[in-house]
Amino acid sequence: MSRPVSITLQNSQDGIAIADAIMADNPEAERKSFPAMTKIDCPGRLVIRGESVSELLGREWDPQEIHMSVISLSGTVDEDDGSFTLFWR
Amino acid sequence: MAARKLSLKQKYGHFTRGLDWEPSYQKKEDIFPFATFEGIKIHDWDAWEDPFKLTMDAYWKFQAEKERKLYAVIDSMAQNNGQLGITDARYLNAVKIFLQGVTPLEYQAHRHFAHLARHLPGAGLRVAAQMQSIDELRHCQTQIHTISHYNKYFDGLHDFTHMHDRLWYLSVPKSFFDDAMSAGPFEFLTAISFSFEYVLTNLLFVPFMSGAAYNGDMATVTFGFSAQSDESRHMTLGLEAVRFLLEQDEANVPIVQRWLDKWFWRGYRLLGLVGMMMDYMLPKKVMSWAEAWETYFEEAGGALFADLARYGIREPKYAEVAKAEKGHMTHQVWGIFYNFAHAAAVHTWDIDDQHMAWLRDKYPETFEKHYQPRYLAWREQAEQGNRFYSQGLPQLCQVCQIPMAFTEVGDPTTISFRVSEFEGDRYHTCSDGCKDIFDHEPEKFKQAWLPVNQIFQGNCGGATLPEVLDWYHINQGADNLDYVGSPEEAQWNKWMEGRRPTMPIAAE
Repeated sequence: MSRPVSITLQNSQDGIAIADAIMADNPEAERKSFPAMTKIDCPGRLVIRGESVSELLGREWDPQEIHMSVISLSGTVDEDDGSFTLFWR
Repeated sequence: MAARKLSLKQKYGHFTRGLDWEPSYQKKEDIFPFATFEGIKIHDWDAWEDPFKLTMDAYWKFQAEKERKLYAVIDSMAQNNGQLGITDARYLNAVKIFLQGVTPLEYQAHRHFAHLARHLPGAGLRVAAQMQSIDELRHCQTQIHTISHYNKYFDGLHDFTHMHDRLWYLSVPKSFFDDAMSAGPFEFLTAISFSFEYVLTNLLFVPFMSGAAYNGDMATVTFGFSAQSDESRHMTLGLEAVRFLLEQDEANVPIVQRWLDKWFWRGYRLLGLVGMMMDYMLPKKVMSWAEAWETYFEEAGGALFADLARYGIREPKYAEVAKAEKGHMTHQVWGIFYNFAHAAAVHTWDIDDQHMAWLRDKYPETFEKHYQPRYLAWREQAEQGNRFYSQGLPQLCQVCQIPMAFTEVGDPTTISFRVSEFEGDRYHTCSDGCKDIFDHEPEKFKQAWLPVNQIFQGNCGGATLPEVLDWYHINQGADNLDYVGSPEEAQWNKWMEGRRPTMPIAAE
């Protein structure tokens, strides 16, 4: 079994949209709710697509805006213009 | 034709590599004198991979936005008497430990990352360290603003920098950072960015901040999450730094492994304070220490160390001990604070029946058998007017500086106690983990400033407890002792009385 990567997001408007986008784009992701935050675990690899978040928010969302919403993460980070990926090598 | 817009990766590449230069009239080793003395070998600084690709324009934009959001919440707290929205005044004692203990560490982190931003030979790493240095200063400032709010209404927050240098339990976090800052640059990165931020701050910030939200403390949750969004970047820096060291040269592997062993254990001991806050000081609880440990160390840390296994790195030494102790550790730390609450700038209290039921549920193997009887005995004494305060001074561990109250693994009735000899003197440590650390660097740890030893040597204001407490700047009778009977309790009850709706009175 591949090892889980994980991201924890604030329960803010943006954070919830990011979490919803992750759940839509990563079928194996598992979502857990806590007061003020949401933790998502996913085996091996998790992708946040800028387009998916933009669609949910109804505005252009740049993956670098993740800095406004992320609380914690586990995994290796790869960031480019269109997406933000967490993975184990 | 308009110039093509640079991609994020290109833009970041220009920023972190393109602006650096090779020295021509000075030797590189003279410019970066700290880069080699730890024995770490780096062959190619450009092989450093930057996980987050923040350029300065984006950095300022996002950080400014974070600040705006944070101060909107703090202003709203100040204008709406937000302190009345917390679950109970006892909760604030957890925040006091956090703010007394962590705020000065943020400042120390700021200082040392600025040092790394000057002294690391690789430009990518230097830029990351520079941003982190600015972040840490921001965290320190936002925490001071939170202190400033709560200091108007609660005791114990009036002199945190003075207390940081003197108070016995604050020497635990202080000594941790002093140890890291007096090490070389790569050990500092491994200690703070990797072991502390990556492996352990999840335990510190995440469930505790969620708990702060659950307990109505919007100031703490806001600075906490605002800081933690930076921590995600810092953690990633730590992981990449460790990977980079491991990939550059095989000779780095045993050095890094030793640092991982050392700083895992030091971080774990430090987190005893946070575990206690979670299990004992949050009126409404999110998860127990044991649950948080399983989620964030056993699960997340397990995945991480499996990833590092390809370099020949194993789980930190004594991780098994930490796993085995998870049912005991927080109860033992609370015991220390309960016994010494007369000498602390926080209050402790009787664990009521409802709280005991929660602890029995979360710690079915250990709580009822080993800790509940102790609390019931303390309660009985308090009810007879003899609330127990230890009148002696405890033996402190020479490394973690925590009073020796931890027990042997598998034998919770025997105190764990180790002795090392160095240059004809005896040094006491609380565990195999701390003894290993001492034995590897006795010249360093023999210099530890241990509060109890200093009191006995007459260096802390005098020979009596009131003199020492004055020297700490503790307002005696207000900052210290049990919550019951404290001015804080009286004030809280008055506030709550004032918030109850008054019955309409009919005109006669």
